[in-house]
Amino acid sequence: MELNSNIPEGPMAQKWSTHKTKIKLVNPANRRKYHVIVVGSGLAGASAAASLAEMGYQVSCFCYQDSPRRAHSIAAQGGINAAKNYQNDGDSVHRLFYDTVKGGDFRSREANVHRLAEVSVNIIDQMVAQGVPFAREYGGLLDNRSFGGAQVSRTFYARGQTGQQLLLGAYQQLSKQIGLGAVKMYNRHEMLELVLVNGHAKGIITRNLVTGKIERWAGDTVVLATGGYGNVFFLSTNAQGCNVTAAYRAYKKGAGFANPCYTQIHPTCIPVHGEQQSKLTLMSESLRNDGRIWAPKSKEAAAKLRKGELKASDIAEEDRDYYLERKYPSFGNLAPRDISSRAAKEACDEGRGVASTGLGVFLDFRDAIKRLGKDVIAERYGNLFDMYQCITGDNPYETPMMIYPAVHYTMGGLWVDYNLESNIPGLFVAGEANFSDHGANRLGASALMQGLADGYFVLPYTLGNYLGEEGIASAGKIKSDHPAFDAAEKAVRDRIDKFLSIKGDESPRSFHQRLGKIMWDKCGMAREKSELQQAIKDIQALRKEFWSRVRVLGEGTELNQELERAGRVADFLEFGELLCRDALMREESCGGHFRVEHQSMSEDEDVKSGLVSEGEAKRDDEHFAFAGVWEYQGDDVEPKLNKELLTYEVVHMATRSYK
Amino acid sequence: MHLHLKIWRQKNGDQPGKFVSYELPEVDEGSSFLEMLDIMNEQMVSKGEEPVAFDHDCREGICGMCSLVINGEAHGPQRATTACQLHMRHFKDGDTITIEPWRAKAFPVVKDLVVDRTAFDKVIQAGGFITARTGSAQDANEVPIPKPVADKAMDAAACIGCGACVAACPNGSAMLFTSAKAGHLNLLPQGKAEKDERTLKMVEAMDKAGFGNCTNYGECQAVCPKEITLDFIAKMNRDYATARVRKFFSKAC
Repeated sequence: MELNSNIPEGPMAQKWSTHKTKIKLVNPANRRKYHVIVVGSGLAGASAAASLAEMGYQVSCFCYQDSPRRAHSIAAQGGINAAKNYQNDGDSVHRLFYDTVKGGDFRSREANVHRLAEVSVNIIDQMVAQGVPFAREYGGLLDNRSFGGAQVSRTFYARGQTGQQLLLGAYQQLSKQIGLGAVKMYNRHEMLELVLVNGHAKGIITRNLVTGKIERWAGDTVVLATGGYGNVFFLSTNAQGCNVTAAYRAYKKGAGFANPCYTQIHPTCIPVHGEQQSKLTLMSESLRNDGRIWAPKSKEAAAKLRKGELKASDIAEEDRDYYLERKYPSFGNLAPRDISSRAAKEACDEGRGVASTGLGVFLDFRDAIKRLGKDVIAERYGNLFDMYQCITGDNPYETPMMIYPAVHYTMGGLWVDYNLESNIPGLFVAGEANFSDHGANRLGASALMQGLADGYFVLPYTLGNYLGEEGIASAGKIKSDHPAFDAAEKAVRDRIDKFLSIKGDESPRSFHQRLGKIMWDKCGMAREKSELQQAIKDIQALRKEFWSRVRVLGEGTELNQELERAGRVADFLEFGELLCRDALMREESCGGHFRVEHQSMSEDEDVKSGLVSEGEAKRDDEHFAFAGVWEYQGDDVEPKLNKELLTYEVVHMATRSYK
Repeated sequence: MHLHLKIWRQKNGDQPGKFVSYELPEVDEGSSFLEMLDIMNEQMVSKGEEPVAFDHDCREGICGMCSLVINGEAHGPQRATTACQLHMRHFKDGDTITIEPWRAKAFPVVKDLVVDRTAFDKVIQAGGFITARTGSAQDANEVPIPKPVADKAMDAAACIGCGACVAACPNGSAMLFTSAKAGHLNLLPQGKAEKDERTLKMVEAMDKAGFGNCTNYGECQAVCPKEITLDFIAKMNRDYATARVRKFFSKAC
């Protein structure tokens, strides 16, 4: 596998502007001759489809939901970062770039991150022009807040619904283009196969989820904006339909899958209530701006809290352990997500957890309400408090919330170069589906930024470069009657027939749940060699069982949600193994990936000097400063590891310290 | 808790549907309403019966995909709550619960509890946007927007496009949905240039899609999970009237 990152020459701050002047363009009159396929209609997909259509390309966009407005970007609550420095607090493109590289624990590609920080300012302009109702100050200017570990206020927000408002902004632009006939939109269509012609991505096969019809779509280039793979854990904050199928199908066709083990566990989710649970609900970590996180100091008190013999308010101030403030005094409750999540796990592992399951810590607003008054807190977090009360039945104005970490975002994804093109020519990957910008850990309010950056401000340039290089003679040349489509369609049909013919005794959902348990127990917040090896064996066994025992009722020629789930679970059952393999290979701890064998010890220099505490993630830059890119070698054959070495020209590798 | 369920089953849009009764012996009261349906479906699969199809996705009350009429009310008995955020603690052991799809001419049933809401997309495609070509925007702080205006626009923009308003309306009207989007965009200075055109086109698309007229029942407001208020309908009526008048006179001269 050839991995050429195609990072432009020149100083970091000029790379993107220089690159834009050098890459090929497509003449406006020729653009309509090209057909661009966009899979996914979230922030990255909708903004790419809308922008490309505006430029004159013919665009077809596909989503599995009943409307493009429902993509899961909609659920992001907290905000979007941009280096506007409207608060005059010392922010700049460089600082956002620096924070993102450091936050990603030096496992992202520096040049991509710089570009992201650069275009962040355009995103805010663009979204405001579209009518996104961001929060404003009384003077009418945009308001900002500090978010998830940032020491400047650079986060723009729309109440607790920033993702919704940004997605609806992109959806409206997409809708305009659909209305004009420039984008053909296919709702309730799921991509089940990628079609390669002479090694280039030239089409997809979809299933119409209403009629079951299998269809072929030929294009000049394919954009995957299909989101992340958090649902491999079964319980996550992802929407029920989120899946890895499109990306995994591309992987099986030769696209490299990078860093699957980088999964983000979000610290502020509502604790699990029981076996029947189908998903976890996140509450914006903006809550951490005013809420204080604590666990009781003694195990005995925690046990009584779990049984309901004590209430949080019964615990005296001196018996509370505000562990983030204690361990990370300069960042306190705003410490990055991976660090906050692990600290919660530690407290619970020590037996100091609350909630009926013992898997929970308090997020307390008592002091903030005292300081600012209930009205201010209600103004800032009212909808989050309501949501919490709606789900748990507790009133957070009176009793502290309980939180626990949950799988939330996946930093790994299909490998892409600087142009967001995978190693398969003509296959572009945008948003959460790619791997490039967040490294091993994503900072808060950066996902919305990346999705929109890719769709609005990167792909419209770089996609043209590919088409320009291919030349106008190639436009629309590949048709869907090409033999490559026959083979791909047959593979899809065979797979569906196989699901329906097994007629076993266990539902796809049940297999999914069992896979999730393996993943969370053995490859969750803390990972260890022998456990990972066991997980791989367990998943292989479960996969075998799936293919002999799964029960898919109904037919293939109708709306069949069991069949949809079976397909997604079948891919998760392969992908989960890949994720564990990656976690096993990465003999270090970095960002969202924590190997218990690699943590700072009391005898380490950094611990002695007070830079980090004992038990922190310990990176190994000498051996692991690379993106691990997996190459498919065949079913049940170990995949091949390729490496893209990561070099840092501007931000020098250093131990992350948030003390 | 033990529940008796009466669920609408319909193979597809061409065939008639009917209510079918199911027994669900064990549900945790901490479960959400959709988790209760998951449990029922698992029970059905184990018996070899085809499970009930229903739309759902985010399960946190924001994507707008879930669409159930529960005991005659769109999204069920809790105010300002989508079906996915409704929890079983609001029901009692031994309750009989009736579950139906959205019922409206413009939302044909696809299967069981799943309906087709592309009519909503059509309304947005007709004019529910502000034209802002990518890359052409001015600085975001160039035009200050007074906080009360921005807040009011946000109140309208909170609409999740679920369609409960249409399902609850005896006329099957989409006025609350359409006016929320038109109101959001018409209130903002960025939206002024296209205000008249937007209002006329969205209303036209709404009528064309087969939604009924508004006769001020107010059921839409009562069921809206995001508590969007009727005053946006009043605002749209006003915007529509002025747009018609302006259009008439601009044609006259």
